[in-house]
Amino acid sequence: MSIYSEIILDHYQAPRRFTTLKKFNFSSSVANSLCGDALTFQGRIIGQKLVDVGFQGHGCAISIASASILLEKICGLDISEIKKISSEEVVKDLGINLSPNRLKCALLSWEGVLKLIDNKL
Amino acid sequence: MIDVKTIKKDFPIFKRQDKLTFLDSASTSLKPHNVIETLSSYNDSYSANVHRGLYPIAERATKSFESSRVKIAEFISSPSVEEVVFTKGATEGLNLIASSLEKLIGQVDGEVVTTISEHHANFIPWQQLSKKLNLKFKVIALRPDSQLDIYEESSKTVEKKINLSRYINSKTKILALSTASNVIGNTYPVKEIIQAAKKINPLIITIVDACQSITHEKIDVGELDCDFLVFSGHKILGPTGVGVLWGKKSTLDMMPPYQVGGGMIKNVSITDTTWADVPYKFEAGTPPIAEVIGLSAAIEYLNRFSLEDVRVHISSLSEYFVNAANKSFGDNIQIFTPQKPTSTGIVSFNLNSIHSHDVAQILGENNICIRAGHHCTMPLHTFWGVSSTCRISFYIYNSQEDVDILLAALKKVFLIFNKSI
Repeated sequence: MSIYSEIILDHYQAPRRFTTLKKFNFSSSVANSLCGDALTFQGRIIGQKLVDVGFQGHGCAISIASASILLEKICGLDISEIKKISSEEVVKDLGINLSPNRLKCALLSWEGVLKLIDNKL
Repeated sequence: MIDVKTIKKDFPIFKRQDKLTFLDSASTSLKPHNVIETLSSYNDSYSANVHRGLYPIAERATKSFESSRVKIAEFISSPSVEEVVFTKGATEGLNLIASSLEKLIGQVDGEVVTTISEHHANFIPWQQLSKKLNLKFKVIALRPDSQLDIYEESSKTVEKKINLSRYINSKTKILALSTASNVIGNTYPVKEIIQAAKKINPLIITIVDACQSITHEKIDVGELDCDFLVFSGHKILGPTGVGVLWGKKSTLDMMPPYQVGGGMIKNVSITDTTWADVPYKFEAGTPPIAEVIGLSAAIEYLNRFSLEDVRVHISSLSEYFVNAANKSFGDNIQIFTPQKPTSTGIVSFNLNSIHSHDVAQILGENNICIRAGHHCTMPLHTFWGVSSTCRISFYIYNSQEDVDILLAALKKVFLIFNKSI
């Protein structure tokens, strides 16, 4: 089965939360040196809650769709809940089977989010 | 004469892999049955170490191993067999040269020159060597037509004159360059560049990475007049894990060893060691014996063809693809390979706003093997202003049918991403 499911293509072509935030107090950047994909994340955390989050950058369909799906999921969650999200869960949410090489694309945003909530400006 | 139908029968992978469209030979070539059988034959019939045992199978292994050295010396027209050093690949060969030259050159007021289109294997060693020795590191740029920026400005003459004065001077210690880019798909006039460099500075050490042209162009190290030349076995139908470093004996003699250990000594006492003569001084430890012998089989196979026929075959496939792709996709494809000369059988391109990894993934789902990424040439991709490209590369087992399959699949890629062509 192709990994380019309707859901992946939808999130790639119209990524959710693909924006820069006006107000943010956390940020992070990640890159995949193999293919040059680069994503930056901004988040607004009040107390223990991620109240707003956005991302920018360029990448393949899998890395962009994965960021879009992940940010939709985590916005509004407590930091402790975000920390509990495993890499397996991120891949499961994509609903596709990925080869080890493409896992790096799929998990770039997860790496970025974990960095984000640790990087107060 | 390149008869693809017959040639394909010599490559068992086409029997094992149904409908394989292999367009990634610039990365590694497929292996013909005589290479595979040679590897098996060593492993199942005379699997002994070389240069050590006195029993029959060890003697057979040594004889086959050293015969391979002779065959390779002939293949690149080496003036002497001792100038052929076995390595595990071109990367190791270049690291060997850099590491050894570092000790030889020492701290001086000098310069090192390479080009922006080099594979990282022929870029990083020189960049790092320059840093360590505080040498000035100069990188020859590319012109918009993807030729090296080494020609005199005068456009009146048809024959372009090489002028290296911007890059090379009496302080230049090293010039490292490849015969052909592994991404762009064109070749460089290495012989003329070396001549021009030596005219400016006769003491310059020249290092040639021949990986992408030895597959289809006769290499004559004497004619090139380089000091070193490297290539990998697996790109010319041979096994992985073996490469060749050719060096001028007078230079190799002066150089300290790269690694130390078994097989590379004359005498070891508690306080000191004397090195074996070349090439053994640079071959510490048990070498990749089966692979060295397998490389000889690959050259035997390649010798069945005229390299000029191979060149014409692969460059005509490149041209066929470039023309058809331009016709089918127009502005939706950006081809980085100049239309002429497309002489190395390599074409790099991007489809309009579709990431190279997505293109390669979809092609892969159709058993079409291409490469996506920066192909170990990040400085070149930065120069182009793109993070990655798709690369296809042809060899003797490819035909126009492969290109047609690829073109049809590229149309599918556009469809999946809902892009009109």
